[in-house]
Amino acid sequence: MKKLWKGNEAIAEAAVAAGCRYFFGYPITPQNEIPEYMSWRLFEVGGAFIQAESEVSAINMVYGAAGAGARAMTSSSSPGISLKQEGISYIAGADLPCVIVNMMRSGPGLGGIQPAQGDYFQATKGGGHGDYHCIVYAPSTVQEFVDITYRAFDVADEYRNPVMIIGDGMLGQMMESAEIPPMRDLSTLPNKDSWAACGHSDGKQRLINSIRFEADELEAFNDYLFKKYEKIAEKETRYEEYYNDDAEYIFVAYGSVARICKAAVMELRSEGIKAGLIRPITLYPYPSKIINDTAKKPYVKKFITVEMSKGQMVEDVRLAVNGAKPVEFYGRCGGNVMMPADLVKLVKEGK
Amino acid sequence: MKIVATKPQMLTDAHMHYCPGCTHGIVHRLIAEVLEELGKTDNAIGIMPVGCAVFGYNYFKCDMYQAAHGRAPSVASGVRRVVNSDNIIFSYQGDGDLASIGMAETVHACMRGENITVIFINNQIYGMTGGQMAPTTMPGEKATTCIYGRDPKVYGNPVHMSEMLATLTGPAYIERVACFDVPHVRQAKAAIKKAFQIQMEKKGLTFIEVLANCPTNYHMTPLESMNFVKTKGCEFYPLGVYKDITKEENK
Repeated sequence: MKKLWKGNEAIAEAAVAAGCRYFFGYPITPQNEIPEYMSWRLFEVGGAFIQAESEVSAINMVYGAAGAGARAMTSSSSPGISLKQEGISYIAGADLPCVIVNMMRSGPGLGGIQPAQGDYFQATKGGGHGDYHCIVYAPSTVQEFVDITYRAFDVADEYRNPVMIIGDGMLGQMMESAEIPPMRDLSTLPNKDSWAACGHSDGKQRLINSIRFEADELEAFNDYLFKKYEKIAEKETRYEEYYNDDAEYIFVAYGSVARICKAAVMELRSEGIKAGLIRPITLYPYPSKIINDTAKKPYVKKFITVEMSKGQMVEDVRLAVNGAKPVEFYGRCGGNVMMPADLVKLVKEGK
Repeated sequence: MKIVATKPQMLTDAHMHYCPGCTHGIVHRLIAEVLEELGKTDNAIGIMPVGCAVFGYNYFKCDMYQAAHGRAPSVASGVRRVVNSDNIIFSYQGDGDLASIGMAETVHACMRGENITVIFINNQIYGMTGGQMAPTTMPGEKATTCIYGRDPKVYGNPVHMSEMLATLTGPAYIERVACFDVPHVRQAKAAIKKAFQIQMEKKGLTFIEVLANCPTNYHMTPLESMNFVKTKGCEFYPLGVYKDITKEENK
């Protein structure tokens, strides 16, 4: 049944439905509804919640709970996600599954609490130290947050990889109708007995560890991770195409900005201008192929990347387009949000 | 022939990497002996730090975690939520790990009264990185980042962890012990055993501070370093029980 859900609370309930029983967090705006919801909800379903002393501590609690084989989660917003990067790198290094939500705010530094997308580089290019990637999703509606959160735990378990779901204050705070999928039966979740360190008594040690002092051993692990990422790219890349069949002007945008671009596409089409949108749903792996394929279409005139940043994803768009067509950028910052009319004007003036 | 002493079954046959004369090996053995005596070797879970004990997982046969620097109490807290309450959980941390970078994690795990045992090796120096000043380096004690000796006016003051944590409500048992001679090794073993017993009774966090030596970075022979701990160390960091809720309960 569809109900009216606030974005942050919908994510929390979707996680519970997905079998997440452990949440560790620290307050920061604009994601506070997630820990607040989890602080009572998890105890109802036999799980546990800790309000940690810091984001650093919270992500290490996730490391412990995930290492013991549980579906565990944390959430934060930009400055707090920076603090979690050490732990995320260790989680990647120890080959552990978990889900991390980043409701982005504007930066750098303490910045502001209004919507922004300035953490794209941090989310997709590593964030913490060393050669690793999170799988990164960028939903654009409350329902999509629910569906992706529900699936994120399966994806994390399947690849033993941290999954990051990014949104912004706008998406976390807005209310929309959404349906939460059915509660997962915990007995049907993946069996982690072969590696989870939860105090076995079979005489075989399970070790949760990211230290590899032998160069060849560490390089082999690096190779293993990147083979895993290739498989993830092949199987998990997601995007949405919007009015792209005949589009001459292609917006590329994710999250809440993609919704603004959709309004601009409709407005432009009502005026006879053929606009379309490619909306990456996974930011890592990045849907480069569809962008590259689109760039080869003879009637495509240009790409316009739209972000609430000074231009971060645009670098991946340029790499994917690879010089085949012009790639322009339009961005707003500081918590300012572009209007569809801004994008309509941009296309009409640049035609 | 009668066998009067063996290596604890809980320890592996791996060759320990600790320097000659270092007491890490003694404390490892004490933990293993105690868990064997308590019948808890099978389901114990250890969380190792960053520092000299970073490879500690090689020496224990139980399930182990290697935690980020200072974060072992947080990792242990996460594990504690998931596993059976009968599982023994211990973290094993040095002074840089526990009292410097991990101070917040240590204090808050104590405040929460996590049902875990923290083994704190206080050798007053960063051993693994080559002898830098620790949060526990004593006034006048030399280190590679205070080569003329720690002047509190320049480098700040050292911290007495056991005394400080004893002011909190959460911890159930706090004792500072040492390993510089046989009677003290036996006392250290008794303290570790009591700590695990209190954990088995689910009474809260137990904290054993072991006043340890570092002959390599003190630039001393093992014997000289033991004597240093026995004299100057114990003078500055007095041994003893700093908190014991079992005594308070019996009052």
